[in-house]
Amino acid sequence: MSTRLTFLSATRRRPTRIKGGIPLTVSQSVCCRATAGSGVTSQVCNTNLWTASSSPPAAGSGRATGMWMKTLRESPQRKGCLCSQGWSYAIDFPATYTKDKKWNSCVRRRRWLRYRRYKAMDTWAKIPSQQTTLPDPFSDISCGGWEISEEPRGRLSLWAVSLQGKVWFRDGIYHHNPEGSLWEEVFLPGEVIQISCGPGDLVWAVLWEGQLIVREGISRDCPKGSSWAVVESPSPDVGAIHVAVGINVVWAVTKDNKVWFRRGVNSHNPCGSGWIGMVGEMITINVGLNDQVWAINCEDRAVYFRQGVTSSELSGKTWKAITVPRDGDRSHSSASANSLQSAGCYFCGEVRAQSVVSDAESDTEKGSADGASCHATSTSPESFVDAPTDSSNPPTDPPKPRIPKVTSDSFISELVSDREPGKSSRDTGSAPPAVPEEESIPGEGEVKAPCAGSALSPSQSGGPLDPQWSNVDLEEAQQAQTVAVQDTADTCSLSSVATYTLAMEDPYGADEHPLWAWVSGGGCSVDSHSQLNWFNFSMNSSSLVSSVQSMSLSVSPAQTAAWRRQIFEQLSERTKREMDNFRHYEQAVEQSVWVKKGTMQWWRDWKPHKWIDVHFALEQFSGPDGNKDGILFIYYNYYEEKKYLHAFINEVTILVPVLNDSKHTFAIYTPERTKQRWPIRLAAATELEMHDWLALLSVSCCDSRGIHGPPSKQAIWSITCKGDIFISEPSPGLEAMPYPTPCDQMFWRQVGGHLRVVECNSVGIVWGIGYDHTAWVHTGGYGGGFFQGLASSTDNIYTQTDVKSVYIYENQRWNPVTGYTNRGLPTDRYMWSDASGLHECTKTNTKPPSPQWTWVSDWAIDYSVSGGTDREGWQFAADFPASYHGYKTMKDFVRRRRWARKCKLTTTGPWQEIPPIPLSDVTILPCTAQSSVDVIPVWAISNKGDVLCRLGVTALTPAGSSWLHVGTDQPFKSISIGAASQVWAIARDGSAFYRGSVSARSPAGDCWYHIPSPAKQKLKQVSVGRTSVYTVDENGNLWYRQGVTPSYPQGSSWEHISNNVRKVSVGPLDQVWIIADKVQGSHSLSCGTVCHRLGVQPVEPKGQSWDYGIGGGWDHITVRGNSVEPPRLRLPSLTDPSSRSPVPVRNTEVNGVGN
Amino acid sequence: MPYFSCFSGDSRGMTTSVDTALLPFKPTTKHRQKLLLPRVSYLTLVTDKVKKHFLKVMRAEDVEEMWFEYEGTPLKWHYPIGVLFDLHASNNVLPWSITVHFKNFPDHDLLHCPSNSVIEAHFMSSIKEADALKHKSQVVNDMQKKDHKQLWMGLQNDKFDQFWAMNRKLMEYPTEDGGFRYIPFRIYQTMSDRPFIQKLFRPVSPEGSAHSLGDLLKEMYPDAITNDGEQKRYQVVIHGIEPLLETPLQWLSEHLSHPDNFLHICVIPVPTD
Repeated sequence: MSTRLTFLSATRRRPTRIKGGIPLTVSQSVCCRATAGSGVTSQVCNTNLWTASSSPPAAGSGRATGMWMKTLRESPQRKGCLCSQGWSYAIDFPATYTKDKKWNSCVRRRRWLRYRRYKAMDTWAKIPSQQTTLPDPFSDISCGGWEISEEPRGRLSLWAVSLQGKVWFRDGIYHHNPEGSLWEEVFLPGEVIQISCGPGDLVWAVLWEGQLIVREGISRDCPKGSSWAVVESPSPDVGAIHVAVGINVVWAVTKDNKVWFRRGVNSHNPCGSGWIGMVGEMITINVGLNDQVWAINCEDRAVYFRQGVTSSELSGKTWKAITVPRDGDRSHSSASANSLQSAGCYFCGEVRAQSVVSDAESDTEKGSADGASCHATSTSPESFVDAPTDSSNPPTDPPKPRIPKVTSDSFISELVSDREPGKSSRDTGSAPPAVPEEESIPGEGEVKAPCAGSALSPSQSGGPLDPQWSNVDLEEAQQAQTVAVQDTADTCSLSSVATYTLAMEDPYGADEHPLWAWVSGGGCSVDSHSQLNWFNFSMNSSSLVSSVQSMSLSVSPAQTAAWRRQIFEQLSERTKREMDNFRHYEQAVEQSVWVKKGTMQWWRDWKPHKWIDVHFALEQFSGPDGNKDGILFIYYNYYEEKKYLHAFINEVTILVPVLNDSKHTFAIYTPERTKQRWPIRLAAATELEMHDWLALLSVSCCDSRGIHGPPSKQAIWSITCKGDIFISEPSPGLEAMPYPTPCDQMFWRQVGGHLRVVECNSVGIVWGIGYDHTAWVHTGGYGGGFFQGLASSTDNIYTQTDVKSVYIYENQRWNPVTGYTNRGLPTDRYMWSDASGLHECTKTNTKPPSPQWTWVSDWAIDYSVSGGTDREGWQFAADFPASYHGYKTMKDFVRRRRWARKCKLTTTGPWQEIPPIPLSDVTILPCTAQSSVDVIPVWAISNKGDVLCRLGVTALTPAGSSWLHVGTDQPFKSISIGAASQVWAIARDGSAFYRGSVSARSPAGDCWYHIPSPAKQKLKQVSVGRTSVYTVDENGNLWYRQGVTPSYPQGSSWEHISNNVRKVSVGPLDQVWIIADKVQGSHSLSCGTVCHRLGVQPVEPKGQSWDYGIGGGWDHITVRGNSVEPPRLRLPSLTDPSSRSPVPVRNTEVNGVGN
Repeated sequence: MPYFSCFSGDSRGMTTSVDTALLPFKPTTKHRQKLLLPRVSYLTLVTDKVKKHFLKVMRAEDVEEMWFEYEGTPLKWHYPIGVLFDLHASNNVLPWSITVHFKNFPDHDLLHCPSNSVIEAHFMSSIKEADALKHKSQVVNDMQKKDHKQLWMGLQNDKFDQFWAMNRKLMEYPTEDGGFRYIPFRIYQTMSDRPFIQKLFRPVSPEGSAHSLGDLLKEMYPDAITNDGEQKRYQVVIHGIEPLLETPLQWLSEHLSHPDNFLHICVIPVPTD
């Protein structure tokens, strides 16, 4: 349980978000490892790692996933490296290795086999030593290269250095074979002591003599590279001892502890052009994700972070020391974090995540309070070793009784020790002299661990372990809890036990900071443009300061600091005392009319349509009933004549921001303008001005309608194609029969955040999925984004990011003389274009979709285009535009290839991440108004197509606790659960499946029933209401499942309902809402329009016609929260469509949405 | 002379009620006025109605500059209403009854306030002074004239949104600094001739820990702090409430400052009844 806690809180930083945006590594025990998540598999791993690092994480506003360091005294093990794909690699130095020169390198093995879980996850798997030719143990490993190619999935480069200075490359590492297949020796110009491999194609190594070598020729087809180039040490007299590379950076440390930055390094010039000396003396340096830099200072041995590293300024600005509480410190620091979370804005909210689950897991808090031992446990990678849940997969590393040894065999440490004498006097000031001495023991030496703690027997120290790091993975969670205790003793080597014991019985005083020896920030994703607060001050003050930034008086008292609670209580008392008895007194200040004016551009109503300058004014006043109201005016000139257009604020139904790269525009709709499909379109001069106006107008609209605070549980949620999120409070008459509220009169307000999918139910559980497939849960807040002040809740608002790719096409034509060139025919499309070829899109002129987005990667060839590509990413065709294929034939005269560039948006909203599995679809049980379901079934599809069932979701813990994997024979793409727990899903091949026997007792059901798709159609989406099942196919047809009965829930056949449908949402009343394309209004045609099925009733579940709401540009809607039974009027002519429908239902033929 | 009662009000403004009667005449309910006054505003800014009310019943030759008095103490209009109330009347029964005078202006005690533009000038100079302390005046100087006007209009019209839209900028600070440069504060006391205490004080100690309200008082007004074992002698009141001494000063400055951007702290003796 407690794991779950940490897991939620810590991995919130979405380790799997971006390729390469992963968790961390450790070098703390025999095996050090890194981890990252590629998909479901990584969650366990993340969790564990996280447990350890969750306190310093300290919650940066940056995206720290975690970071581990190793203290000097820690142990035989040296170091490891991590990569982004979820695998960690480590070197194990058996205590006896000096006698038999065996090496051990372990990887953690996790694997899925055809959508069934590979049971031996979370154990260290020894890399099989099929090659006995390896002469000597490894001394350094580095892995990276995950950005070189996505094929095969999970491909990595792992480089290792042996004690004799040889370099080996591990071949054949990919997702299903994380341990790789073969060691290949790489020939060298000298003896290497250390190597560093970046996420891309940079590989640098340090030679014994102090020069550096750079691997050249690394490419997608040749990840091993072809040759070495030698780069001289930065300073002629002093050799380099350490190098660290990232995507486009190289940092080096020389023997005199000077730090150097290599200028001009990139893929085309991996050697760079020159060294720049940097301020600061470091003993080791490490480049993490996003080229962020971490280092250990040689003077105070503290961990430093390089501040200000951005893509334009890769060398950063200054070194900042980080406060890194160690394992032993963790319990109290996390406790303090808890008390501070009340602050309302605990950065990225890892602590908030805790509060979400705190009820369920309060007992685990106790576990963590037990003291350092459990925390320390989690820091020791070997104790991650999971309870083996499958007897057929016993731990690959059989327990060997060993006497704990501190073996210092790294070349680095020897080099460190070279210079140690000069410094020892200084060092002794802060550290026991034993420490540097230990470190200076030459490689072969073995020293008995000096600490008494290390002598503890495994049973002693293993006994009290609280498996608070236990598995998040439900299937195994229970077992893990029980088995872990003895298991730790069984499968962990003694040395790891000793390791955490060391940490527990820390000989240092509490206020002395540890002496760090190694750092890897590989799992710590820091946004270059975000501020990291968490290490500027001590834990306490920094979180305080930040909490101050958003005061929240409304948090529950139990979570609140005393002073804050006091202020809140006294203020309410004061209000009672000073206000409540005097409400009848006259206001000293009369509320008057308040006018805000500005200038804007308006997309004029008459032809030719164009932007014209207008004056814009909002007049606000108190309405007769005390509600604020207002009128907005647009003053324009019509052929020299001054005119104006106005709209009453209480008639405005929605304000839609339409940011694009050239103009800051927004649209204002009223019911009338929704019918016309012709909103008032305005453009502000700057983004800021637009947001100011939008926030103001939005508050004004909400005021006039008396809508305040968070969305209700019944709210209808929708999302535009820009990812903006809107909610509408359904009126009781919305589903009324026969006169429902016309849906163009629905009022929509925006909430912050950016999502692609949102799903909700009527107990207020709302989940979202971002464009980058990150799962989010609604915190119950409102506002965020550009909403400020009263329009936004002050707590429950968190940073949210999203990432998507922008694609451009490089087009070429073949000519007989020169072959393919970028000179096309005069009639050809642009040689750099968008997908249509109509618009020129070059690498330089293509901007992110709007100013909210910033580039986070460079242009890269996209090989994953449908139709396939050749080795260089080209697709061939006879001519533009045509169907493309991935190989050249004689008839092909043109070719194109797609370039992708990732861009990222950072905003805020009432959303909290649910790490770590990226999702493509999610569904929540729609509860009827009466039902009282405690644990609410939530099903999801991962972006790999796995079907997942979320456990532990309740109204209080909407994020749930853990995923249960549901086996399938093929990847799925859509899923929906009905009110009676009937689960329907759509597979990637377009057929439907029904899940049998899903119930509260068996939340995952038992088997899938295949249901053929409608003839010649591939289904893409499904939604199940109370009883109705609707699907949408890839050609935009909406289908209703006929013959569904309780005894035969699969139904009998598909009945066609409508075409031009993009998405369907069926609610708990069986109400049917869709997003439709090609809806004709009186002025314009719109795509992506919200439509409501009219005439749906128990005897007529298919309904009769469509009513048209807001649009176009809408992408998603969910009505599954609206379970309020409408007042039913008994009228005789219900079944006769001609006699009902007061709604001005637009002609369905014209509208294009057939009946 | 008329009197009226004031009391203080809600969390974002405060309100006052005014209860008046004209002494030259027989006090009747007709001559009393009840008003809700915003705590954060200024007496002379919100008492137009009072003035109009009494002008109707007074002889023109009796009317000179209006001023206010409570239990013999002339009320300084240039202190926020809430401060005046906390300082002089916080432990008294509401509504706060204060007396309006139209004669014998106490020149040595009060500033003249011939028009609202004087209040505006006073208010703006306070904001500028506060920003000088907080940001070396950078923020307020970056604002345009209309932004200044918006701050003032927000206060004048009791429009919090309008005011805060601008004031938000004055409350920002670089995260790495951990707070403002100096906290703009004033400590008022009834027992001294000094108008108030105002010195330089940073929100964060040189060691990097956040200063609390207690830290400030320890340095500025040690007597205000009740030591262990002592009888509590003083109340430290901000906006009518007594925050705990451990409350971070920076937080107070951001959230409990008056519109003039100063944190007004009243130290008043504990009532002895």
